[in-house]
Amino acid sequence: MMSAPASEPLRRFLQVARGAGLRVSAAEGIDAARAVDLIGYADRTILKDTLGLLLAKTPDEKAAYEEVFDLYFKRDEFAGGNADDREESEPNEASSPSNGEGGDGMGGQGGQSLGSLLSADDRATLATAMEQAAREAGIENIRFFTQKNLYARRILDRMGLRALERDMEAMRQTGTPEGLGRAEFLEGKVDQLRDAVRDFVERNLILYAKGETEKFREELLKSARLSNLERRDLDRMRILVRQMAKKLAARYAKTRRRRLRGQLDTRRTLRRNMGWGGIPFITVWKQKRIEKPRVMVLCDVSGSVAAMAQFLLMFMYSINEALSDIRSFAFAGSLIEVSDILEKEPVEQAITKIMSLIGFGSSNYGNSFADFEDGWMKHVTNKTTVIILGDARGNRTDPRTDVIGRLSQRSKRIIWLNPEYRSAWGTGDSDMYRYAPFCNLVTVCSTLRHLERAISDILEDAA
Amino acid sequence: MAAGLTFPASDAIRLPNSSLEFDVNDALPLGESPLRSIDAVEYGLSEAGYIANRQISTAIYMAHHLQKPILVEGPAGVGKTELAKSVASWLKLPLIRMQCYEGLDESKALYEWKYGKQLLYTQILKDKINSVIGDADDLATALDKLHAFGDVFFSHQFLEPRPLLRSLQEPRGSVLLIDEIDKSDQEFEAFLLEILSDYQVTIPEIGTVSALVPPIVLLTSNATRDLGDALKRRCLHLHIGFPDDKLEAKIIGSRVPGIDARLLKQLVSFAQQLRAMDLKKVPSVSETIDWARIMMLLHTSVLEVDLVRDTLNVLLKFEADIEAAGKQLAGLTHKARQDAGIA
Repeated sequence: MMSAPASEPLRRFLQVARGAGLRVSAAEGIDAARAVDLIGYADRTILKDTLGLLLAKTPDEKAAYEEVFDLYFKRDEFAGGNADDREESEPNEASSPSNGEGGDGMGGQGGQSLGSLLSADDRATLATAMEQAAREAGIENIRFFTQKNLYARRILDRMGLRALERDMEAMRQTGTPEGLGRAEFLEGKVDQLRDAVRDFVERNLILYAKGETEKFREELLKSARLSNLERRDLDRMRILVRQMAKKLAARYAKTRRRRLRGQLDTRRTLRRNMGWGGIPFITVWKQKRIEKPRVMVLCDVSGSVAAMAQFLLMFMYSINEALSDIRSFAFAGSLIEVSDILEKEPVEQAITKIMSLIGFGSSNYGNSFADFEDGWMKHVTNKTTVIILGDARGNRTDPRTDVIGRLSQRSKRIIWLNPEYRSAWGTGDSDMYRYAPFCNLVTVCSTLRHLERAISDILEDAA
Repeated sequence: MAAGLTFPASDAIRLPNSSLEFDVNDALPLGESPLRSIDAVEYGLSEAGYIANRQISTAIYMAHHLQKPILVEGPAGVGKTELAKSVASWLKLPLIRMQCYEGLDESKALYEWKYGKQLLYTQILKDKINSVIGDADDLATALDKLHAFGDVFFSHQFLEPRPLLRSLQEPRGSVLLIDEIDKSDQEFEAFLLEILSDYQVTIPEIGTVSALVPPIVLLTSNATRDLGDALKRRCLHLHIGFPDDKLEAKIIGSRVPGIDARLLKQLVSFAQQLRAMDLKKVPSVSETIDWARIMMLLHTSVLEVDLVRDTLNVLLKFEADIEAAGKQLAGLTHKARQDAGIA
């Protein structure tokens, strides 16, 4: 009972579940096998509840699990219970995809030909034959919709379509009305079969490839340039940004707490335990004073970087939880503080509001920095990290590097995130190289992944 | 926080009959154990006054047979804590409860040395030390002699077991409830892993203590933070949501005996309608039960708008929610009456 081997249907289901985005570890797979041993496959409701307890561990996973369970167990492949003895033929068949000659075999169907199956209209046996042929064709390796026809063809071949087509040809050759009629009859049946197989492959594609496709898309989005994103990706992107911010927030909160514990504070421990003659029953630990991270973010929201700015604002909105003291500013022609808006409004509204207040204009860096100096320079201390996001293109206005110079003297450091490629810096109206000497770090930040890395570094040092 | 609990929040609740002598057949896990099938679990829980749905009974059954802890998640007041209590009272096992909070550490959860006792004993035995060391010529010999006595002061006699250790030491097994695990620190979560997967703990001075009988472990969480993957992997994951109207009626019926069937229908319908609204905190099952009790005390049989308005603060705990629901009170009450078949 301790480690029952996962039976074939369960093993395949686990694979499907992983494909659907459930994270099923090996240990959980073993538990699932033990559980199935205990309850069997007979009662689907119990099976569903049980595997749900073991495999799906978040609300999202529960939803994905229910979907995939229904999809997978809708097929009646356990009816015969002989799934295991067919398995041995699978690996070698699957490893030779160009197996064009294998078309004659009908697998283990007791020599019944496809033709007689079709004319007998024996749906159950046909379905089983299809399942088996699919398994032999390695359907579980299907990943992309472009492979649909390939797999459908392979399955049909394995079910013996070629032999049948030869037979039909022979019938037509006889020229008798009987033979022609029979060929026509089979022709119709074969068309139905083709549709059924195509349907079947489609379902399997959803089953096996969904998670894969999702993952692929997300990876793509993470490294796509933020300014190039298409509208339909925005929603998915928002979710990604939120996830990323949450991850950073969690990681950051942890470091901060961990640093609270230091070494034993001998002096205070002794004093605390005076009552027991100095025997240290109660220990007092040294505590590291954690510097409150102070971050000021200046975000360019002018037309040229608007797409990028949206994501940064979103990111800042999400990261607010982790940082206790963050002030955000947005600027284009001039500069305003937006901390309040980000704090009080839901994220979508906040961003729309900021963009409508100040966004999309042409940027004037000098003017905006001057605004900052007038209003908020006095709040900058030697513990403040200033993050500036922008392309440093001030439309040939005075860059006011003197303000940035004073800012760099007052602040702990200045970090400049530029969405442009390094090669574009300094070209045209870009003042990047004029600002760079005053910044502690100037870096390209054009994808979500860059953004994550940059913010992560900032948080690391802020603690 | 699971609202409306009637039990005191002490860390251990001994049920009255747990100390009585027990029938051998009660001991787990024997063939005729009360956990022999999922139906038996469902029946047993209902005997203990807990109306479980199929998923819950399956979880308890699996927890016992796979010997895995259950992580119960769900909104506050759907009976997560109550489930543990009911399991304990049904199986006649002691319920050992550990409430988690930020800063909870192993000295409060697992064990502590009885410092006071150790100190006292050292003082008392001070005089005896001469007879032990006695004629030792130098420090090395004296130390050797002392070593021969072993770690007397770090033995079971000086160990103060806290909930986790206690649940391992129960001779007949126990039900261990680790309440609101999401309130504890991440470090504590990691510390729990050993006890959750192997039912044993390691005490440096003594060694590894294994469970006499593996306890049934339930962890509850309100999802105030995401739990670690390592913890989730070791647990069965049970999500208890709000019950549907039929189940809720059954639950209230069992908790408030003698309630009028038509009143019950109205109450349930009303509560379910509130849950469909966009509220800060929707009424939990335990709050509906409280409300039903009040309605019983007031000898109500038909819901009236004024009465509902006066007692709404039992169901809703935020001023803004009461205000929002107050505006639609007439409609809600009317619908509730309709559902119960009262014109």
